[in-house]
Amino acid sequence: MQKVFGRPKGLTEVAFSFCPGCTHGIIMRLVGEVLEELEIIEDTIGVSPVGCAGFCQDFFSCDFVGAAHGRAQAVGTGIKRALPDRIVFTYQGDGDIAAIGTQHAIHTAARGEKITSIMVNNAIYGMTGGQMAPTTLEGMKTSTSPYGRDLVINGYPLDLPKTIATLDGVKYVASVSVDSPKNILQAKKAIKKAFQVQQAGLGFALVSVLSTCPTNWGLSPVDSLKWLRENMMPVYEMGELKVAEEVKNL
Amino acid sequence: MMDKVLLAGFGGQGVMFIGKIFAVSGMIADLNVCWIPSYGPEMRGGTANCSVILSDEEIHSPVIDQADGGIVLNQPSYEKFLGRIKPGGVLVINSSIVNLNKIRDDIKIIKVPATEIANELGNSSIANMVCLGALLPHLNLTDYEKVKKAIYEVVGEKKPELLELNLNAIKKGMEH
Amino acid sequence: MSNRVLMKGNEIIGEAAIRAGCKLFFGYPITPSTEIIEYLAKNLPKAGGTVLQAEDEIGAINMCYGAACTGTRVMTASSSPGISLKQEGISYCAAAELPVVLVNVNRTGPGLGGLGPTQSDYFQSTKGGGHGDYRLIVLAPSKAQELYDFTLEAFDLAEKYRNPVLILTDGFLGQMMEPVELKEKPTSPEVDKSWVVDGARGREKRIIASYSLTNEIGEANNLRWEAKFNGIKEKEQRWEEFYADDAEYLLVSYGTTGRISKSVVLNARKKGIKLGLIRPITLWPFPEKAFIPYKNKIKGIVTVELNTGQMIEDVKLAMDCCVPIYLYRRQGGMLPTETEILEFLEKQFKLSTEEV
Ligand SMILES: Cc1ncc(C[n+]2csc(CCOP(=O)(O)OP(=O)(O)O)c2C)c(N)n1
Ligand code: SF4
Repeated sequence: MQKVFGRPKGLTEVAFSFCPGCTHGIIMRLVGEVLEELEIIEDTIGVSPVGCAGFCQDFFSCDFVGAAHGRAQAVGTGIKRALPDRIVFTYQGDGDIAAIGTQHAIHTAARGEKITSIMVNNAIYGMTGGQMAPTTLEGMKTSTSPYGRDLVINGYPLDLPKTIATLDGVKYVASVSVDSPKNILQAKKAIKKAFQVQQAGLGFALVSVLSTCPTNWGLSPVDSLKWLRENMMPVYEMGELKVAEEVKNL
Repeated sequence: MMDKVLLAGFGGQGVMFIGKIFAVSGMIADLNVCWIPSYGPEMRGGTANCSVILSDEEIHSPVIDQADGGIVLNQPSYEKFLGRIKPGGVLVINSSIVNLNKIRDDIKIIKVPATEIANELGNSSIANMVCLGALLPHLNLTDYEKVKKAIYEVVGEKKPELLELNLNAIKKGMEH
Repeated sequence: MSNRVLMKGNEIIGEAAIRAGCKLFFGYPITPSTEIIEYLAKNLPKAGGTVLQAEDEIGAINMCYGAACTGTRVMTASSSPGISLKQEGISYCAAAELPVVLVNVNRTGPGLGGLGPTQSDYFQSTKGGGHGDYRLIVLAPSKAQELYDFTLEAFDLAEKYRNPVLILTDGFLGQMMEPVELKEKPTSPEVDKSWVVDGARGREKRIIASYSLTNEIGEANNLRWEAKFNGIKEKEQRWEEFYADDAEYLLVSYGTTGRISKSVVLNARKKGIKLGLIRPITLWPFPEKAFIPYKNKIKGIVTVELNTGQMIEDVKLAMDCCVPIYLYRRQGGMLPTETEILEFLEKQFKLSTEEV
């Protein structure tokens, strides 16, 4: 009998340590599948951030380097420049890439660095226990915006992929979600394309994935998915935000 | 005089809460108190523990090496803290879910089927209070009256229906 | 007792800052300091202030730099990796002589490290930390009341000397709940604000900056700062002595281990060992004066630290190495027990209890 569903080879045997219902697990699985399907596990070096996403260094079966908070893309740049024929990717939370790591997010993209970045946007700081993130929505309560995000004090949520898509060095940007089977399939396609862009040596690619944090949102896993659909998807521009000409031919 | 107490269980079993009740009861008695939680990633999913010291003198070292009393609400906590009670001390065990595979005969072990008692009282989440009740008679510096006041202060007017429930659980525990 | 409340260490710092008249707080979350920004996010607005969560620690410290230039009371708090990121900005604050209050809830390092109690940032705190030859006034509380009192005072000290002041604690003190008396703040001394930048309405323009155009100007600046630091050394050394008077041996320890060491002293005394404690309260200026009376009096010292031995260097300098000085340390987030410290002392100085 043929096994039709199992752990992708891109993932190790280590069990996920995420909270129940956290979609970090789904996203990592998708990346793991892509690594397997593109047969690049042995050629890939991942860079992990600080945050719940940081645990990914134990879960993927490729080599990994742990970066300081926000610095994954700078570290990834260093690796790629040293080993241009390897595949380098970063897997970062929204706080990591869009707050403390913004300078690297902008400049890695502007330089057209040939790496792939996966951004997991859960609109909150998960690891540290639910503080406001750059992606926290207007009015959303977190432990550092206890009265709700106030645009006058905290400004607007940052749609990083949209910003990155405007930069010339960037070949592919997509914003996807893993809240439904259909969207999961789309998310996987986008992630795969982002790696193919790098394989083809074209330039920088970013995929942002909307994700849940039931623990810090204070919602059940199912309600979290609903909340994501109803609140996050209207705010963040979804779909392929940039597909360079060369990428269309891939 | 001092009471040094260790409290441990799964996150969500209300370990920090009973610690806080002990601490506030000490505040009410105008004692020195010190409450220390386990913190950080330890808290995620695994066991939670805290320590409380009540004292009528200044508390210098806040670290409890060997405790006078303890409460363990689950198996991992039992295994971890059995050795941390000083000879002659008291350990209250939630015997509903802890399997006493190891034993010490130089300390007093009080087995309380706390989860069952809590269920009988109609709320499974107050097993912690039952155990608090069981430890209470063995402490020097706090007692039922002070704990009662502490519960009023912490649970407050916000949830009057919880007050009676908690007090009943403590009384049940004190019978052990 | 009037104002005695039970609070978490980190929250006490937040409350004290509000009562000290801090109007702006800039920070970025990091365990185990996060309760400070969380507490202030909730309560500072009620006191007419603002909390801004910056995009990172570099942003936060530079916001402090800007706010302090206007003479507004401002604070930031973080934990070791975040404090490292702030170092460039702290150096600039020191050079521009800005009264910024900093809190480091020290976590273990190097690198990302862990969250447990540690004193691994002693060197970074007391010897500069960022580039250039500057010092921070460093206060090391060891209990709830001191977290409160020292935070209140930090704002005054920072303004008095126009210098950043660092409160150095750890996750243990930060997470611990103890009673604290929320004393009324004594009125702050009048300070000269003739340097602040608030718009040159009816006065000459002012510049706050730290670039020295010529080497001569550079040296003059350094000399001025040196004089300031010497003045602080002269006036602000603080420490606590505990059973030190008649001691034959001394422990030297601050912060969390400082208070554990007090229990060790009491245990030793019960056994007939004449042990005392010097607990530095200012880590910079290091309380050298505390050691002068003991130089020719005691037989030896053990420093108790949560690092590979950092403060011990200052103790050796203060004692001119005239007696044996040993280090007892735990690291990586572990704390020593009273028993193990005493056993170490007994072993190093061959004090078997039968002898005494
Ligand atoms: C310099 C520095 N500042 C702060 C932190 C604390 N910290 C760890 S993870 C994190 C944010 C995590 O949020 P995000 O990137 O959104 O990832 P998530 O945990 O939600 O997956 C922060 C602030 C740190 N480790 N280093
Ligand atoms: S804290 Fe949030 S992001 Fe982190 S594992 Fe739990 S649910 Fe996921």
